[in-house]
Amino acid sequence: MAENCQCFSGGFPMNAKIIEIIDETNTGKRTLLFDREFENMNPGNFCMVWIRGVDEIPLGCAYKNGVTFQTVGPATNALFDLKVGDSVGLRGPLGNPFTLPEKGEKVLIISGGIGAAPLAPLAEKSKEIGADVTIILGARSEADLIFEQRFGKTGEVLLTTDDGTKGRKGFVTDILAELDLTKIDKIYVCGPEMMMKFVMKILIEKDALEKAEFSMERYFKCGIGVCGACCIDTLGVRVCKDGPVFKAETLIDSEFGKYHRDASGKRISY
Amino acid sequence: MVYIAAGVPLKNPTILAAGILGTTGASMTRVIQNGAGAVVTKSIGPVPVYGHANPSMITLNADGGKGQTFGYLNAMGLPNPSYGEFTQEIEFAKKNGDAPVIASIFGGDSKDFVAVAEGLMPSKPDAFELNLSCPHAKGYGADIGSQPCHVEEITAAVKNAVDVPVWVKLTPNVANIKDIGLAAQAGGADAVVAINTVRGMVIDIHSGWPVLGNRAGGMSGPAVKPVAVKCVYDLYEALEIPVIGVGGISCYEDMIEMMMAGASAVQIGSAVYESDRIFENIWAGAQQFMKENGYAFDELIGMAHRRK
Repeated sequence: MAENCQCFSGGFPMNAKIIEIIDETNTGKRTLLFDREFENMNPGNFCMVWIRGVDEIPLGCAYKNGVTFQTVGPATNALFDLKVGDSVGLRGPLGNPFTLPEKGEKVLIISGGIGAAPLAPLAEKSKEIGADVTIILGARSEADLIFEQRFGKTGEVLLTTDDGTKGRKGFVTDILAELDLTKIDKIYVCGPEMMMKFVMKILIEKDALEKAEFSMERYFKCGIGVCGACCIDTLGVRVCKDGPVFKAETLIDSEFGKYHRDASGKRISY
Repeated sequence: MVYIAAGVPLKNPTILAAGILGTTGASMTRVIQNGAGAVVTKSIGPVPVYGHANPSMITLNADGGKGQTFGYLNAMGLPNPSYGEFTQEIEFAKKNGDAPVIASIFGGDSKDFVAVAEGLMPSKPDAFELNLSCPHAKGYGADIGSQPCHVEEITAAVKNAVDVPVWVKLTPNVANIKDIGLAAQAGGADAVVAINTVRGMVIDIHSGWPVLGNRAGGMSGPAVKPVAVKCVYDLYEALEIPVIGVGGISCYEDMIEMMMAGASAVQIGSAVYESDRIFENIWAGAQQFMKENGYAFDELIGMAHRRK
């Protein structure tokens, strides 16, 4: 059982021991559950996970006491090597969360790949509030799909895989393009930036942009809104503090879908 | 009223400190829109640097991490995309903000400093601030900034190369900061900026690991303010050129105190953690304080020196 933690400002790492490891796929997507939980975590928050001696990286909170990640580099590889009983340093919950729906509202969640991590607790919270939840869940293939059952308990799941191994063959945008969004009250999006860019294009075409919130990813250094490494053009907002969840209109005419900056601050085109 | 700090006409005397929200032109513009009287960029060097591994900044809290935040420890490692890539960021802030943009620069020797300053000149920074004080980058910053001869030579070389004011940011991690300030003045500096962070370290007691990726770093925030006040006080006494005060300022009272120690203007850094309207709030509070107490701005500068 995780112990509640009421003590954290998010600025200093607390010690958290891994109590359970869940392999969500056999392709390197894994959930770690800890013995401490962020009692005040809201869906969309992230935490900084310090793998001692290696690095500290931002990961979306998939649970109050857990993160779900995929192996993409040295830090996530090192995290993958940890065993039950090992510990990490955690700072959180950090960042601006999703705006929760109200009771009776119709909610559309659009999830691509590991973007499901912060969206799964949002789907659960939305159902708990009494919203009507629909999820477009996309992945590369059946082997990469995560949280299908978790989302399934909260509402209707519209499945799509790039290669058609499960659900409809294609992309989340193919399903989105066919939906009537006029009756949807809130739309939440998280996934690869190129996916989100095409989602935004469709939302503009369907005149549904003002209902949407996007969760962004950028390179973080401090994670607490001070250093400026994750600021996005042209409003200069900080992904770690003003985000990672932004109203869609904030991202219009921004660097979103065009470029990001590396750890030196150099612009890298998508 | 126009506040002029060492040749730079400020919108108001609260300036964004180097290394804080200064990576992009858009971010600096936002800080200006939120009330800063000028902004100093992230320190820019001769070649791209990716910086140290994270954690690169943590808060320091009382009661074993659970209590009040009394400071911050950081070691970013001078990440920057180098001057060629950075000119577009200064240009953006100059075009979209209505306050001066001061370019913080670093290098390993005077040649590096001159190359970076000349490389940034086309983007028209309003002044340069020489980073001779970063406490955690080997061969840079405080490694050379703690030696008066290097400080004088580098300051003179940059002064000779550019036609805008040159400020020199000083490290407190020296036996006598006055000697370094005097060297900057001898090199022709238009102002000194004091202080950079105070060397520090935090160890995670659950694992024995130093917390920062770089193991050690520099401390900022409320706990270093008395160190900064004393440095500014000493520099004001020793130098002819203006002193810009920085270190732990997070409310208007701190700003007034720093001015009484001798600061002509102040820089604010880590306190953006508290609020991104911090500049506006501090300057409004300081103006109110001056009005209520009948002080003129210039009268506050160095007031403590006249109380004896």
